[in-house]
Order: sequence, then C-alpha cells, then structure tokens
Amino acid sequence: MDDGLSLKVKLRRAERMRQWRAFGLIAPMLLFLVVIFVVPIADMLRRSVHDVDLSEVWPRTTQAIGAWTDRTQAPDEPIFAALAQDIRDSQANRTLATAARRLNYDFSGSRSLIFGTARALPEDAPSWKAAVLEANDTWASPEIWAAIDRASGPITAFFLLQALDLERDPMGNLRAAPEDESIYLDVLARTFGVSLSVTLLCLALGFPVAYLLATLPPSKANPLMILVLLPFWTSLLVRTAAWIVLLQDQGLVNGALQWMGIIEHPIRLIFNRAGVLIAMTHVLLPFMILPLYSVMKGIPPVYMRAARSLGAPPTVAFLRIYLPQTLPGIAAGTLLTFIIALGYYITPALIGGAADQMVSYFIAFYTSDTVNWGMASALGTVLLTATLILYTIYNRLIGADQVKLG
Amino acid sequence: MRSAHNRTTEEWIWLVVLWVSACGVLFFLMAPILAIIPLSFNEGQFLTYPLSGFSLRWYEDFFTDESWIRALKNSVIIGVASTLLATVLGTLASLGLIKATFRGKGFLMALLLSPMIVPLVITAVGFYLFFAPYGLTASYTGLILAHTALASPFVVIAVSATLQGFDMNLARAAAGLGADPVTVFRRVMLPLIAPGVASGALFAFATSFDEVVVVLLVAGPEQRTLPREMFSGIRENISPTITAVATILIVFSTLLLVSLEVLRRRNERMRGIRG
Repeated sequence: MDDGLSLKVKLRRAERMRQWRAFGLIAPMLLFLVVIFVVPIADMLRRSVHDVDLSEVWPRTTQAIGAWTDRTQAPDEPIFAALAQDIRDSQANRTLATAARRLNYDFSGSRSLIFGTARALPEDAPSWKAAVLEANDTWASPEIWAAIDRASGPITAFFLLQALDLERDPMGNLRAAPEDESIYLDVLARTFGVSLSVTLLCLALGFPVAYLLATLPPSKANPLMILVLLPFWTSLLVRTAAWIVLLQDQGLVNGALQWMGIIEHPIRLIFNRAGVLIAMTHVLLPFMILPLYSVMKGIPPVYMRAARSLGAPPTVAFLRIYLPQTLPGIAAGTLLTFIIALGYYITPALIGGAADQMVSYFIAFYTSDTVNWGMASALGTVLLTATLILYTIYNRLIGADQVKLG
Repeated sequence: MRSAHNRTTEEWIWLVVLWVSACGVLFFLMAPILAIIPLSFNEGQFLTYPLSGFSLRWYEDFFTDESWIRALKNSVIIGVASTLLATVLGTLASLGLIKATFRGKGFLMALLLSPMIVPLVITAVGFYLFFAPYGLTASYTGLILAHTALASPFVVIAVSATLQGFDMNLARAAAGLGADPVTVFRRVMLPLIAPGVASGALFAFATSFDEVVVVLLVAGPEQRTLPREMFSGIRENISPTITAVATILIVFSTLLLVSLEVLRRRNERMRGIRG
C-alpha cells in the first residue's frame, strides 16, 4: 500500500515535471508574442479610452473645469483665468498646436479659435473672463467648454462614441453626431457588407470546385488542386496588380465583353465596388475552397449510394444527404473568409474608390496621416472586438489549429 | 463512383453543370496570373493586348533600378532573419504543445496563433505606436521582430501537423537506450520532423516576403521591401516594370509550391516508415 502510494506520488511528480518542461518549450514564443504582439495591441486599445493630450499641455484648465457646474452657460472667472494662463504658457513652449488639434477633433473651428485668442490676449487683465470673451466670443458658448471638459482626461469615451457616430451634448447626454460627422457607422456597415458579399461569392464559387476536387480520383484532382494553390501562394500585390491590368478600361475583361457584343463601350470595373468584390473574392477563394475540400474529402460515398439505391433522385439525395455533411466545412470556410475579409486593407485601397474603403483604411489613415491616435485606436477596438468574437466562435466550432493552409 | 452507364439524365445534367462551373472558377483563379505574364515581355509601354513585340527591357529595368534592387535586398534580409527566428520559436513551441496536457492549453494555442487572425492593420498600428518610443520604427530590427510575430504561427501549424504523425515511442526508445534529451531531439526527432520544420520555414518566409501593411506603417524609406515598392508603383501608375516584378514573383511562388509539395510527399514517406 505504502509502495503504491509513493509510486502514485512519483508518477504525479514526473507528470508535473513533464508539463513544466512542455511549458518551458512554449515559453520563448509565448513571451516573444506577449512583448511584441499582445502588449502593443493592448496599448493601442488603451489609447482608445486614454486621453491626456490636453491635460498635459493645459494642466490648469483641465483641473479647474471640474468646478464648472452650471453647464447651460460659460464658466466663471477662475476657469477663464486658468485658460488664459494655459494659453500663454503653451504659446511660450509651443504646445498650443497640440491643444488645438485635440479640441478640433471634438469642436470644429477650435484651431482658429485658440490661435486667434492667443494672439489677441493682453499681457494682463483685471478680469480674464472679459479679456478672453473680448478676444473671441465663442468662449461664451458652453459647447467649447464641454469639449474641453470631455478632453480633460485621463479616461474618455469620446473616441469610442465617435467611432459609433455618437457624441455627448454639453449636459453630458448621448446624442447622434451631426450628419456631416456621421461617417463611421457607414464605414462599419460597408465593411460588414463587403465582407459578407465576398464570403457568399466565395461560397458559391468555391463549393463546386471543392466538390469536384474531393470526388475526382487523386490522379485527376491533384493537377487541378495546383490551380487553386498557385494563386493562393502568389503575392497579394501581384494579384492586385493583375486585376487592375485586367479590369481597366482597355483591359482584357472589357475587351472580351465588347468582343462578345455584351457591351458597346468599356464599363468601369476598377476604383469602384465591382472591382473590390472581384479582386477580394479572387484573393479569398482558396480560404473557402481548402476547408470545404478537406471536409468533403472525409465524407464517405456510401451514404449517397445508399440514398440513390433507395430511390432518391440525385438532386434530393444531394440536398438531403450530402449537403448536411458538408456543413462543418461551410462553417469553417465562411467564418475564416469573413474574418479575413473584415480586416482587408490593401485590395480595397488599391482597387476601390473613395466610397469603397473599409474600416482598416481609416485606422491606417488616422495613424499615419492625421496622427489622431485616439480615433485610430477606437476604430481598431471596434474591428478587433468583431474579429475576436468571430475567432472565438471559430475556435469553439472548429479549433484554431485547424486553419488549413494547403 | 458509379460507373458511367448507370447515370440517369438528371445525373448527367448535374455532372455537366459541376464541371462547367468548377472549370469556370478555376479559370477565374488562374486568369489574372496568366494574363500578367505575357505583358512583362511586351515591347510597348501600354499594359494592353495585343502585344507590340517581344522585349526583355522591363526585366532590365528591374535589375538596373536602384530602388527595386534595394527593395529586393530588404525583402530577402527581413524575410530570412524573421524566418530563422520564427522557425526556432515556432518549432520549440510545437514540441511543447504536443506534450502539454495542462489546463488552458486551448487558450494558449489560440493566443499563439492569433497573429494570423488579428487584422494586419491593427497589428501594424500596435507596432507603430509601440515601437516609436524605442526608435524601432524605420529600423530593420523593428520590421524583423514584427514579421517574426506574424510568421511564427505558421511554423506552429506546420510543425504541429507533422508532430501529430510522429511516433513518440521512437523518442522513448532512444531515451531508454541512454540518449540525453538533446541527442534524442537532434538524432531522432529532428530528422523525422525536418520536412514539417522546412515547410513551416517556407510558410514563414512567404508570410514575411508578401507582407505589406506593417511595412507601410513601420518601415522608413531605407527599409522599403518589394511589396512596399509594388504598392507605391500600383498606386501611382502601373509601369510595365511591375509586370516584370510580378512575373518574377509568380515564378518564385511556383517554386515555393513545388518545394512544399516535395516536403509533403517526404513527410508522408517518413510516416510510412513507422506504419
């Protein structure tokens, strides 16, 4: 008995050692990814709610604004005095542009307002409120003060709300953003719509190919498989360039359509939605075909034969017996294609027009072109949340390591 | 398969529909690749058919243009370095994952593979904001680290697939005969999983070699890679030189595909030994 127990303990200890050793082997990559991949993304997510641009350059105003209680009118003298001091200081150490840029995200016209006020402000004044209002009477409106309040950080929902076309009124209530600033719901809907269309196109086009490949004997299927894998392995930029060449006004597609007499004049196929859908479907089609193929490959032909010999017509047998067995493949392929499509950037950027840009484009645009990192991060948060939800579903249904690469 | 003489009319119709639609889609998949190759040998300036004569001038353009050559060099440097790193990290992790039975393994696996799934632009912005304070933007180091993160999941997938077919008894036998763990790995496991490691490395290289979103945001003018140069080329005005680069890259991916197929066959043969 005593021996048995010690053997059990030893076994458990040995197993624990084994597990630690296994973890030790995983640790380098885990550590690397945490530092190089997870932390930067977490940091980006933090920026979508973190907002210290203004409080760093205007410490007095962002502190004092807490005392502003009657939000139907501009605040009192102390807050105006803090503002005047902050404007002088940030003019002296050249941080006025930072404040102007941050406030401009929320309150358009802030840039000229702030620079104009800075120029007109006197050296000293008995009442700063009077002096500031004298410099520019926009300061009498509670709207600009509410914008300052929202920007005073350190935590803000401003960017996330803006990503959903929402804003707060001076009283702090949620309301829809003005029409001319409401672009993001459109962008998100467009991203979703394009991804869904591409996924459905891929399913419709991919299904027959996968079926043919799965039912042909290997000697015939293998050469055909190359026709799927070669485009899959070809550089994305090469395929995009090829589509531009094919779809341009004098391209082969227009030429062929004219030759066949379907159209008289070239039709526009690039820099619009049609081009984006064609090129994205082409790029993502292998991601649909490969999971479908691997599921269809595992479907034994005996069920279909049984259904047929029991008298089911081929169409009925296919719909009732074969199709349900391909559902795991359909689920894997559509989820994978949809997830990849959601984050697409390069293809729409090169083949699409201004009205075809998806959310990724705006994230890149705000990061590098306008340096509005809060907005880039907020849109990134929305996109990442959608992706991770779908990835979790994919993981539950299929398993992450089942991503088929050919 | 039912033999042909048993087919009913309905089955024949479906068979024809299947072949016609599948071949149509396969044509759709190959058409752009086939269409761009002849244009690279075109003598004329314009990217339209019919061709105006045979010429290699666009290839000459590519091989004599300083910025294209630098882009090619950059792509190779960054690709090779990140492939080496990713292959080491990914292979070690796969060896651990196959042994691991601890709780949270599924989550760990999902985390290790997540760089494949997270939209590239998010990864790129993450790198961009994170690297800036350390001076890693516009540096080779930054790009190599970023591409290693993106490429290592592909190594995990390829090596894990091979390890699933690996008979652990071989490793146990070697250990039982007195080999230390390092020798077991080097002399017994590595030769048997080598095809998987090699295809993982190819996946990793292809990932880095084709990546452009991270390069767009993180690289400086010194680190412009081939896809990055193509991106500007396509955006500004497609010159015929782009079709020459495209053709070279198509040849490259064909070689890649052939190597992977050879490795896959080798891997199956190796598994055949123990079966």
